[in-house]
Amino acid sequence: MTEPHLDGFISHRVTQLSPSGIRRFFDLIANMTDVISLGVGEPDIATPWHIREQAIYAIEKGYTMYTSNAGLPELRHELAKYLEKHCGVSYNPESELLVTVGVSQGLDLALRAILNPGDEVLVPDPSYVAYVPCVTLAGGQAVPIPTSSEYQFKLLPQDVEARLSPKSKALLFGYPANPTGTVMSREELSQIAHLAKKHNLLAISDEVYARLVYEGEHTCFSSLPHMKERTILLGGFSKAYAMTGWRIGYAAGPADLIQAMTKVHQYTMLCAPIVSQMAALEALKNGEDLVSEMAAEYDRRRHLIVQGLRQMGLPCPDPPGAFYAFPSIRPTGLSSEDFAQELLMEEKVAVVPGSAFGTCGEGHIRCCYAVSPTDIEEALNRMARFVSRHRNHQ
Amino acid sequence: MKEILKVLEQDARATPQQIAAMTGLSVAEVEKTLEQALAQGIILKYKALINWEKAGEERVWALIEVKVAPQREVGFDAVAERIARFPQVHTMYLVSGTYDLAVLVVARTMHEVAAFVSGKLAPLESIQSTVTHFLLKRYKEDGELLAGEERVKRLPLAP
Repeated sequence: MTEPHLDGFISHRVTQLSPSGIRRFFDLIANMTDVISLGVGEPDIATPWHIREQAIYAIEKGYTMYTSNAGLPELRHELAKYLEKHCGVSYNPESELLVTVGVSQGLDLALRAILNPGDEVLVPDPSYVAYVPCVTLAGGQAVPIPTSSEYQFKLLPQDVEARLSPKSKALLFGYPANPTGTVMSREELSQIAHLAKKHNLLAISDEVYARLVYEGEHTCFSSLPHMKERTILLGGFSKAYAMTGWRIGYAAGPADLIQAMTKVHQYTMLCAPIVSQMAALEALKNGEDLVSEMAAEYDRRRHLIVQGLRQMGLPCPDPPGAFYAFPSIRPTGLSSEDFAQELLMEEKVAVVPGSAFGTCGEGHIRCCYAVSPTDIEEALNRMARFVSRHRNHQ
Repeated sequence: MKEILKVLEQDARATPQQIAAMTGLSVAEVEKTLEQALAQGIILKYKALINWEKAGEERVWALIEVKVAPQREVGFDAVAERIARFPQVHTMYLVSGTYDLAVLVVARTMHEVAAFVSGKLAPLESIQSTVTHFLLKRYKEDGELLAGEERVKRLPLAP
């Protein structure tokens, strides 16, 4: 009997996806001890206790069933109030909001709901690792828009315009940005909004880091004039409320689009887990104080890491949002992949190579500073040794 | 000032250099503020939170409810300050309700607690009554869980 060639069963779409740039680091780390990781994309603390406690209570009370496809009505009502307060946009909880399994699912739903084969989606380079693969999986074509450290990795209107084609359908971006920490000002986003209107593009705006802005302020893309009707706003609880493992987020947008997304959602997911929805409701109702406390704490750690990186000779502008520093590693002459791998092997510090987020991320590494100050300091000490060694080898 | 205090409240060993980096202030500014805070009694003391049971040292804790007859002009303060000065008194508050002073006492043996209550505390003038509760188990002190928070292992890398 011959073994079946399983490769032949895997779809072209999947085989064509490039493997995640951080996957092989997992295997390296698996056999190491005493690694300090700045390679995570999540807070270092557990979800605030009042949220966990409420979820335990929900389980005890027997909240173990399906909810409506769109999510618990009470949660959608609270979300509408929250978005009104923090984004300055009114969404109808009955028709313009959908509770999703994290922003990840919201993104997948949005793309699957809007893309026909070959439709193009413009995506900043570098950006979150899932954007391009999600576009591909939904049958679209991702078109990277290069950005550079010279302009703090901001999206420049002329760079967007230069990559438009008759097939362009949507812009997909997220500010504050992962991996760069970039925040776009209201004026800067207005220029992008102008393009969206002029060329009839839809915007998918991933605002999962909205509450973590330390300089300037967050601008909700749909709050810009005439943008609500052409924006799918994606948000979540993972970062601001330290709820990554709950997998809970939401999508807000024009009723027709939300309805289309709900159609995909009802057949593929049915609904977000009820316990996570109950936890999210508690976060919205009683979590506000903790959000600002956590943000203040991240801001202190941000100062600490940026200063340390600069002191070791790595150029690192202040990242105004999210919880990542994105220093240049050019002084070492190493590629970002080599830097990350050798740093891990020599000094046991894990960071993510910038190239994992797109070709324009090359020459940089992503360092998450949502880790304890003690760990940040030790990681900085180790990195400083590494950088000085590799500088001398030049 | 408050930014500096918030850092220290979490880690009393944070150095002026570390605090300066975290707050964006200069090291000299931080040092000066810390000196002032100490002089003004805003920072009372830098010390470690120790779980003595874990270090193998048994201690007996008792919460004593004390009823006091307030005195003219000084109210509860005069007698409260006298009680508070005893080294056995770990923590002490004036409270509303059915008694006046909540006194947390730490000693090596139950006998020592008893001796303190009957020999020092109860005989004080203006003390009307005391009720002693021995602590059976301490769960949380100064905002820290005594059992410690179990650290759940996170993935070392995540997108």
